[in-house]
Amino acid sequence: MNYALLPAICCYLIGSAAYAGFLFRQKNGYNQLAYALITAGFVIHTLLLAEAVLRAGTIPVRNLHETLWFAAWTLAFVFLVLWWKSRLKILGIFAAPLITLVAAAAFFVPDTAADIETSLTGFWLIVHVVVIFIGEACLALACAAGVLYLIQERNIKFKKHRFFFRRLPSLELLDNTGYQFVIIGFTALTVGLVTGFVYAHSVWGRFWSWDPKEVWSGITWLIYAALLHERLVAGWRGRKAAIFAIIGFAAMLFTFLGVNLLLEGHHNEFTRW
Amino acid sequence: MNLPVGSPSAETRKFPGKEQLPEIVIAGISHTSAPVELRECLAFSPEESRSTIRELRDHPKIREIVILSTCNRVEMLMTAHDPQSAIQHVEAHIAGSRNVSVARLRQAMYTYTGADAVRHLFRVASSLDSMVVGEPQILGQVKAAYKTAVEARATGVILNRLLHKAFSVAKRIRSETGIGDRAVSISYAAVELARKIFGRLEDKTVLLVGAGEMAELAVEHLNRSRSSGALYVANRTFSVGVELARRFSGKAIDFEEITQTLESADIIISSTGASDYVLTRDQVRPVMRKRKNRPLFFIDIAVPRDVDPAINRLNNAYVYDIDELQGVIEENMESRKSESARAERIIDEAAFRFQQWYDSLDVVPTIKDLQSKLSTIFAAELNKTLHFLDHLNQDDIDALERMNEAVIKKILHDPMQFLKNPGSHRDKSLYIDLIRNVFNLEEE
Repeated sequence: MNYALLPAICCYLIGSAAYAGFLFRQKNGYNQLAYALITAGFVIHTLLLAEAVLRAGTIPVRNLHETLWFAAWTLAFVFLVLWWKSRLKILGIFAAPLITLVAAAAFFVPDTAADIETSLTGFWLIVHVVVIFIGEACLALACAAGVLYLIQERNIKFKKHRFFFRRLPSLELLDNTGYQFVIIGFTALTVGLVTGFVYAHSVWGRFWSWDPKEVWSGITWLIYAALLHERLVAGWRGRKAAIFAIIGFAAMLFTFLGVNLLLEGHHNEFTRW
Repeated sequence: MNLPVGSPSAETRKFPGKEQLPEIVIAGISHTSAPVELRECLAFSPEESRSTIRELRDHPKIREIVILSTCNRVEMLMTAHDPQSAIQHVEAHIAGSRNVSVARLRQAMYTYTGADAVRHLFRVASSLDSMVVGEPQILGQVKAAYKTAVEARATGVILNRLLHKAFSVAKRIRSETGIGDRAVSISYAAVELARKIFGRLEDKTVLLVGAGEMAELAVEHLNRSRSSGALYVANRTFSVGVELARRFSGKAIDFEEITQTLESADIIISSTGASDYVLTRDQVRPVMRKRKNRPLFFIDIAVPRDVDPAINRLNNAYVYDIDELQGVIEENMESRKSESARAERIIDEAAFRFQQWYDSLDVVPTIKDLQSKLSTIFAAELNKTLHFLDHLNQDDIDALERMNEAVIKKILHDPMQFLKNPGSHRDKSLYIDLIRNVFNLEEE
């Protein structure tokens, strides 16, 4: 366990607590405090990551520990940027604990020495990894918006006007925000897949090799593609869109972790521990 | 130290009666004390309160006066040296001008003096004493009442300060407690719900089916937050629809056109006298597809209901009938009650602070504060100076300190004489307040 990670994780943890305080007390001070704490955690996180990059000479995603640590960083990055753009305060209630959870998971997973057969350098590979991670973080937040939408929709449908009804924003805002997150995430996912093909072609001489990770990435991509297509053509909005954003995220999680842990393939080494 | 002022009791003995500040008095009636017949009989129009203020402010028993008159209350807020006779005078004045017997008036009237009056005013301005707790209009009404009194030059130091405190307390309660942010009328509740569904209402299209007071109220409420959206009115009697449409600058449509209009409408307010559903699920279902699933919000104010409740089961369609809106209101009322406990704490605190200020508005405490301020300054400066004068012995230092005290005494002599007797017909509290402000004695 690398104790140098703790300051960043602590910032995230206290930030999450401050968001919980915001949820209950509805004071803007809590919200600002939480945002400041997440930002502070992110700055520390960035410094640690920069140091790791210098030490490794490439992006540090060579084992599960490094992958999770990097995933938490992209989540924090995307959250800070999207929060700033969308001003959807309530999103932090979901995002901050998620960042904390992933960062804490990285802390507890042992950092075993990595022996990667294929080289982890090269422009295409770095773009592939970074863009895919950013896309996945966006889609995680889209899932959060979807969950909040479903909660609020249920409140309105079943005439429950208690806790969450008052605290959550309008359906329209949640729906739009989720939609925008999906667009950004889907775009990043597409770019990430394409760069992955290019890299695969340069290393193995073929774009697609029916590797389980590739197959599941394809499935995830298709789910989001269907969601966007149906939204544009048939007006899939609201409840259906929210459910699909959640299903898509579940598929993505499986692609990210499940495939590596349960199935075999050439992405395996990155999550070995 | 030799103080140039005596103890407060000695001071009051020297100037019997004169030393006292005028007391704050409230005499009034409200929905809690008087039936509506009496309230409407006593209510002042803006012109009437203007002229009444002018008549009452010149009365020797009354120093300052503000008249607050709303549909639920009439209150006279005054300062007077002799509260009882001021109240009697006001009672007689109202009874005389309103043709009500003094006995009947006295039966319905409540009076508060001193700290109780302060608390009462704070509660009124913060809408804790309103019929509908938390309703937002009262603060504006208190402000308007104060403005009228100021224009008539009927307020002085005490009421100016008191009213400004009341405004800031009301604002603080509004922002720090949830007392004002929940809907308590049907039309308001409907608008709040619409906001939770659509977010912004500016460009939303409204369809009003049928007519009725509550439905029209809801449209009016909606219109306050709409700007560019269209408004359609459908009525069985087309001419009535045309008339309503003209009032809300909308467009009258035929009853048969409703289904078609649903494609563009977002909020449907229905209140017809029909005995059967006017809008059914089979009618709305195909429309949702054409709308590309943009949400539809049905507000059904009619009894028996106009909108098939099964529509609520369609995706992105929401139906609220009158009972459900009533349910929203009741929940809101509940939580307002618990919020008002927090508001009372804020009021207690503010009333306490005001009392402190009021108590300081006397000659003795002001002179004392002024004296202690000067002593602090002199002592600090003397200390600084002595720091560089090591060669002085204790006797020299004592001499300097005695000089300090003498200087303070001399400086304070004239202001003290002036404050004790600023001349006849002068408002002493005005000068005391001025001195407190000039020397910044409120800091702490």
